[in-house]
Amino acid sequence: MKSGRREFLKLGVAATAAVALSRARASAQGTAARVVIVGGGFAGASCARALRQADSRIAVTLVEPSPTFTACPFSNAVIAGLRELRAQQFTYERVAADGIVIARTTATAVDAQARSVTLADGTRLSYDRLVLAPGIEIRWGALPGYDQAAAAQMPHAWQAGEQTLLLRRQLEAMDDGGLVVISAPANPFRCPPGPYERASLIAHYLKTKKPKSKLIVLDAKDAFSKQRLFQQAWSDLYPGLLEWVPLSKGGSVTSVDAATRTLVTDFGRHQAKVANVIPPQKAGRIADVAGVTDRSGWCPIDPATFESKLQPSVHVIGDAAIAGAMPKSAFAANSQAKTCAAAIARLVTGAVPSAPKLINTCYSLVAPDYGISVAGVYQPSGGQLAEVPGSGGVSPADAPRATRAAEAVLAEAWFRTITDEIFG
Amino acid sequence: MVRFVAAAIGFVSIAAAVVASAEPPAGAAACSGCHPASARVTSPVPRLAGRDAAAAIVKAMQDFRSGTRTGTVMDRIAKGFTDEEIQAIAAWYATQK
Repeated sequence: MKSGRREFLKLGVAATAAVALSRARASAQGTAARVVIVGGGFAGASCARALRQADSRIAVTLVEPSPTFTACPFSNAVIAGLRELRAQQFTYERVAADGIVIARTTATAVDAQARSVTLADGTRLSYDRLVLAPGIEIRWGALPGYDQAAAAQMPHAWQAGEQTLLLRRQLEAMDDGGLVVISAPANPFRCPPGPYERASLIAHYLKTKKPKSKLIVLDAKDAFSKQRLFQQAWSDLYPGLLEWVPLSKGGSVTSVDAATRTLVTDFGRHQAKVANVIPPQKAGRIADVAGVTDRSGWCPIDPATFESKLQPSVHVIGDAAIAGAMPKSAFAANSQAKTCAAAIARLVTGAVPSAPKLINTCYSLVAPDYGISVAGVYQPSGGQLAEVPGSGGVSPADAPRATRAAEAVLAEAWFRTITDEIFG
Repeated sequence: MVRFVAAAIGFVSIAAAVVASAEPPAGAAACSGCHPASARVTSPVPRLAGRDAAAAIVKAMQDFRSGTRTGTVMDRIAKGFTDEEIQAIAAWYATQK
């Protein structure tokens, strides 16, 4: 591959000339490739940098109102007092240093026919390709009694930041012997193993700090991600402390009362000292505004390019997308972002995108030194992203504690690596 | 003028070739989610870039896939790739810094 590098260097001068020429031609025709990305999370920021890396001629604008990104992975450790929120926070300085224009505002409208995005200040940005990476929005009101005011009493903590700290403070303020209740939603939702990692780490907090307390998980499902591994760990680490109530045993929460921190199911009422309601979700608001959501509230996409099936030249990546077998995870968002960037780099030159392969790896902590994982490899199949047959799966059920400890170390290494790639 | 246009077309097609050759093959871009692209990251997970890495990547992926090497997640991921895909990924990483 030495020769490949030499070839590249040799071509450098010619390539520079060609870039200048193509820029000149593009500006003469008013067609310089312009990509606007809405949302600066794992998906959007990854896509912005991958686009610049794929082809530095592409003008990339990242629309993101917040000067700081607060990452959700590992925020359960913040709730459990094992980590500080600042370890979750990143700025966009290095993203901007790649030549990406950052518009620190919100996108309020999209005209897919005219190919323009309107920003909160009224500015209109024209694009050749638009990438929407808006993450999730809470479906306020989908669970009767759970609105924005209720979230101040019964935090969701499903978008990291102030909500994360609120839930942590409530746990810290609770007397030993209190009842903590988590309600987990039906599929699909951001981070499928997240509620169970959260239950695990809150159980760890209670076991070490408030051992007379109890934790109940009320679930709208009968099955969940890495279930066997979680349940095995729970019976080993937190017997009698953590109780999981599935849908079939009355786990589905039908309404909440924020004033009394009460969760109502078909089978009874649970009055909690601390209640964490993980509510139903949908794609972030701009997806709906742009007309790329279907009746499910999420965004159908082409599995090779992540282009919307509903609007031309608009791509959707990350949690907002319906990505078939791929879960709504930060790793998946990063993998999708790079695939989408490669496809766009080809599409703007009139070339045909190549067939992608994507990867997901999700670690969950069951205790600070006890990690488990799920991994998968995906490819387009039948118009959707499907798992490559024979690949993927979860950590072995019978692994020794040394393996669990190794996966806990790998989990933290993953977070350092992926956040450095995106924000470092 | 005709000669200038001919030269210009030549330049553009070279530029296209440069861009295309830099594109990672299927699956390669996802690796850096765990395998640090940057030397400043501390991780037990090895970096993949560099001209000496290709043979090691191919052997590791084949051994993870066959089960002769145990992994934590790589045994599960390697099973999703063919020999040709592994070769292409390894070759691409060898060209990366």
